[in-house]
Amino acid sequence: MAYTIFTDDLNTLIDIASKVLPKKKFDEIKQKVIDNEKLTEKQKANIIRDAIIIYMRALAQPGEPVGTVAAQSIGEPGTQMTLRTFHYAGIVEFDVTLGLPRLIEIVDARREPSTPMMTIYLDEKHKYDEEKAKEIARRIQYTVLDAVVSEIEYFQGSNEFTIVLDPEQLEDKGVTVEKVIEALERGKLGEVVQTEDPYVITLIVSERLLPPEYYYDPGVYREIENKIRKVYLKGIKGIRRAVIQAEEKEVDGKKVKEYYIVTEGSNLAEVLRIRGVDHTRTTTNNIHEIAEVLGIEAARNAIIREIMNVLQQSGLDVDIRHIMLVADLMTFTGRVRQIGRLGIAGEKESPLARAVFEVTVKNLYDAAATGEFENLTGVSEKTIIGQPPPVGTGLVVWLKSRETEKPIEVAEKKKK
Amino acid sequence: MNEERFILSGIKFGVLPPYEISRMARVTVTRPELYESDGTPVMGGPRDPHFGAIEPGEACPVCGNRRDNCPGHFGKIDLARPVLIPYYSDHVNAVLQATCRSCSRILLPDEQVKRMLRVLRTLKARWPQLASNFIREIRKQAAQNSVCPHCGARQYRIRYIRPVVFYEERPEGEVRLTPIEIRDRLEKVRNEDAELLGLDPEASRPEWMVATVLPVPPLAVRPPITLETGLKSEDDLTHALVEIIRQNERLKHYLATSAPETMVEDSWIALQHMIAAYIDNELPNVFVLQHRGGRPLKTLAQRLKGKEGRLRGNLSGKRVNYSARTVISPDPEISINEVGVPIEIAMILTYPLRVTPENIEEARKYVLNGPYKWPGATYVIKARTRTKIDLRYHRNHKQLAESLEVGDIVERHLLDGDIVLFNRQPSLHRMSILAHRVRVMKGKTFRLNPLVCPPYNADFDGDEMNLHVPRIEEAVAEAEEILLVEKNIKTPRYGGPIIGGRQDYISGAYLMTVKTRLLTEEEVLELLSKAGYKGDLPEPAILHPKPLWTGKQIVSLFLPEDFSYEGRAKINAGPLACDNYDCFNDSYIVIRNGKLLEGVFDKNAIGAEQPNNVLHIIALEYGDAKARELLDTLYRSFIRMLEVRGLTLSLSDVDIPQKARDEIAKLTEEAKKEIAQMIKEFHEGKLEPIPGRTMEESLEIKIINRLQELFRKSQEVAVNYMDPFNDVFIMARTGARGSETNIAQMVAMLGQQVVRGKRIHRGFRKRTLAHFVEDDLSPEAKGFVKGNFRYGLRPTEVFFHAAAGREGLVDTAVKTSQSGYMQRRLINALNDLVVLHDGTVRDAYGNLIQIKYGEDGVDPMKTYHGDPIDVDRLIEKYSHVR
Repeated sequence: MAYTIFTDDLNTLIDIASKVLPKKKFDEIKQKVIDNEKLTEKQKANIIRDAIIIYMRALAQPGEPVGTVAAQSIGEPGTQMTLRTFHYAGIVEFDVTLGLPRLIEIVDARREPSTPMMTIYLDEKHKYDEEKAKEIARRIQYTVLDAVVSEIEYFQGSNEFTIVLDPEQLEDKGVTVEKVIEALERGKLGEVVQTEDPYVITLIVSERLLPPEYYYDPGVYREIENKIRKVYLKGIKGIRRAVIQAEEKEVDGKKVKEYYIVTEGSNLAEVLRIRGVDHTRTTTNNIHEIAEVLGIEAARNAIIREIMNVLQQSGLDVDIRHIMLVADLMTFTGRVRQIGRLGIAGEKESPLARAVFEVTVKNLYDAAATGEFENLTGVSEKTIIGQPPPVGTGLVVWLKSRETEKPIEVAEKKKK
Repeated sequence: MNEERFILSGIKFGVLPPYEISRMARVTVTRPELYESDGTPVMGGPRDPHFGAIEPGEACPVCGNRRDNCPGHFGKIDLARPVLIPYYSDHVNAVLQATCRSCSRILLPDEQVKRMLRVLRTLKARWPQLASNFIREIRKQAAQNSVCPHCGARQYRIRYIRPVVFYEERPEGEVRLTPIEIRDRLEKVRNEDAELLGLDPEASRPEWMVATVLPVPPLAVRPPITLETGLKSEDDLTHALVEIIRQNERLKHYLATSAPETMVEDSWIALQHMIAAYIDNELPNVFVLQHRGGRPLKTLAQRLKGKEGRLRGNLSGKRVNYSARTVISPDPEISINEVGVPIEIAMILTYPLRVTPENIEEARKYVLNGPYKWPGATYVIKARTRTKIDLRYHRNHKQLAESLEVGDIVERHLLDGDIVLFNRQPSLHRMSILAHRVRVMKGKTFRLNPLVCPPYNADFDGDEMNLHVPRIEEAVAEAEEILLVEKNIKTPRYGGPIIGGRQDYISGAYLMTVKTRLLTEEEVLELLSKAGYKGDLPEPAILHPKPLWTGKQIVSLFLPEDFSYEGRAKINAGPLACDNYDCFNDSYIVIRNGKLLEGVFDKNAIGAEQPNNVLHIIALEYGDAKARELLDTLYRSFIRMLEVRGLTLSLSDVDIPQKARDEIAKLTEEAKKEIAQMIKEFHEGKLEPIPGRTMEESLEIKIINRLQELFRKSQEVAVNYMDPFNDVFIMARTGARGSETNIAQMVAMLGQQVVRGKRIHRGFRKRTLAHFVEDDLSPEAKGFVKGNFRYGLRPTEVFFHAAAGREGLVDTAVKTSQSGYMQRRLINALNDLVVLHDGTVRDAYGNLIQIKYGEDGVDPMKTYHGDPIDVDRLIEKYSHVR
């Protein structure tokens, strides 16, 4: 049925608005206008009618080259971006890559960011208690024996190593001596013997690892010492460091501190398994990890969030719609594709478009060898042959041509 | 000119079969020599006249045409032995790996072949991207089979060394596969098998990838150039071909004379390498063909590759006529839609005026004026005879003007009001090319309204810009409707105005609208006449003893009558902060019904790149034309205001009282003491480290933070002592130019100089400069500059400042190249994406990228900083209450 907005009937207008306007905008209007008792019916009708007209006028026109505009909007301010690694807002503990290098990293869809980082939020039970938060941080941080050891001694000519533990570090990392012994036994290096001093442990290394003839060979026993130092105690692989951060928040009118964990290194799948972690908000800056653990839609959102974050940190203003388009283009096939010759540009159907971008000669030879057909539909291809590209005013074409020209056979174009 | 016209609709790629090469060849090249001793080309050599006419006046022996009409003709070299072609050999490898060495069938059982073929054909028709993945999979699967399922022959591993060498690992040892053997195997491959392996048997039979004949391109492709000395210098391709021919003839001779097998073999390999180098002279494992001087030859691949190659340099980027370039200079008196064009340029650039009954008299005038008098014309193209008459050499202009007929074309000079495209590189966004109306002027520079600097990112320190004349009505119309400056006031990047005041416009606007500004009738008339205002003067704000007007009254004359606006001015910060219209500091802008009631105009009201400012809202709600009007009138009066009042700075403007300097010195002493204490603690090992950082890092972080705090405090002191009507301070506060940081650097101190995010630490061993002792961690030894620009820097401070300055320069250089490449990749990936009539975003191949552009279908350019509807403004508009 046909609608008209040229009516004063408020209900009709509300109905139209609810169908036409984006939901968020309609909700705002509902809250500020429809439910506003200070406004008269007539005023409400006028406002809603105007809102609909303004919205319709603000729509992107058919033919709008949104891709090029998005690329320019992201690329143009690139020169104003910083090149250096920065301290992340407020976190002095470690550096985070930002600015142009990070932006390039994102559009490159690198497997691993140069500074992987996680922000781990905690559930209701843990987030307001610093001690509990610390406890989780300890459980997450990848810890090896080396972190709690003050000294390892080897008595030349024997197979005995004396491990002296550092009580302070044990406390800090939340590891007990029993746990260390357990871990050593699990490490299958040899027999573990406790001494009178609770913080000194003797390890009698098995003959398999250290045969008597090597008792004086530093190359061999040093390697064993390294092995001892690397014995896994606790934590998640990949998480090099976990730091507690606090954020002032207002809950039920009271000011409280919410604690969360920021980590150097990333391992989303494992962290989400930890009890006490709020898996709805916890995130990482490794987009591939998000794609694997949470799926492609999440990866798309992560790309948007990461790019927006970089731009914001550099103080640049770019509309989110441009970034959405880039993120959608990178992910619409169901996997995260790079913007470049190994991703989107390299997977284009048109051999000419591929050849124009990079690896020109190989692309042309491959096109010949596999007998590819160039349909000449894209902007790059049309530029090469000197025809108007199918964007903007070029989107409008004659289906019937002037008599002097050959008729354009629309059906044939498709069939290859 | 009744030629048939075709529209190119597609290109089929394929491998040129040997019989095709032979069929199209007009000459078989057998001699490596170019010219006989008498200077005539050698028949059967690479310069054989049958390759096409290239000399002026020369008639082609093949087609009979002269140079301009002869298309050029191919020749061929019959190779003595077959030779592999690089790049194709990747596919040759794939076929060899996947087919049987004895029966050449694909190494997959028949039923599987049939099934896969069916799947492949469906995929090709519907998901071409998947088809190529599928082919890769087939190639892999087939290659894994070590026994042929068809003939039962055992398969051996084939080792492929790029670009053209193959070995087979037979039980008796590794054997090199000759191109003859390879070709034999490929010949037997069935069409269906080839198709499964990703080839198109119609267009690319595998054996065609092993060359038996080599096509020789026409001379037009490799023209010799005649040097001033009269000597001929041949093209690189010709040089490469000479080498190939010589090697081929040598091999032929060896074969004919039954030379020893090793000699034949070596000669064959040499030929193989030369042909590989002829195709690509930068291949690994192949020697490089060189000029006599040692310069590598530019062979086929080098012609295509890279930025200056055929594809990017000539096919994607084209050169044009009807363009001009010169230095730009400012002219605030012309409209933003205009560009001032020097008359000399206007007499060279022309527009083809089609003579109609309506304009024939006008056209006659141009012809009569001739090429040297503006407004004249340079050429006349007669419709009847299709001849082009050059007015420079035509004696009787009067007669020509009279003989002008409807349908003729007059190439007339550029006139006032013509539409031209104006561009400044680097063209980073679409606003780097805008359409302007021509205004022909004296002088030798292009004149540009300074308000249009932001979209071009132009200034007038010697910048040059390019100008292009659209020459067909379609292009003119498009330029006028889409590219005109006023239609690009808003940027699609973030939904804000990109055109707007900068620098003097902002100072001027502030000085005009500031509370203390009262203008006499004379001054008001001066300002309004500059702005081109037509209408009555408003009631003066002060009637007695003499009528005086406020600057705000002047501004109000230009605002739309029903325009209302509220917002903070740029100066609304620090001690001048206000949250609402109840503002003593005049820093909260209130416009009601077109009257500026309160608040000053500064960067936040009229500036460029300030979303939701006065200019932006007017452009959105009253149209681009209204915004342009404002820029051409009101903004001009801002400049006049500045000219009337004057804006300048003297040494005293960057000076502060002794008292303030003492205060800063005291702050500096305090900070230094604290830092000395930190250093002491550090040496004693008592410094509290930041978790996760070493002692040294912690110290550095703490010192830097402390020095930053010092700078901030000094800045506060300095700014507090500044006279609020000090012109430097006005510029900083209103956002016209500079910042409070810059002022502090002039009057207080430069502060800590930073290189790579750290205090300056490199230079000499354990110290930055010889002026300091080793391992000195104190601020002044590591780049802290307590001097300022007013009283000067010490020698060491100058050095540190220069070091930090140099880093900035290097950074900029690196950044431009990196971000340039990123932008190129982004453009290449995204340039096909377009909104279609159904609101979806698709690429040129029909892939659906977004169902609704940006989730709400809204063009960011038409938004209030991203928001399509400003509900609060609507409520305000209709409720008339706040």
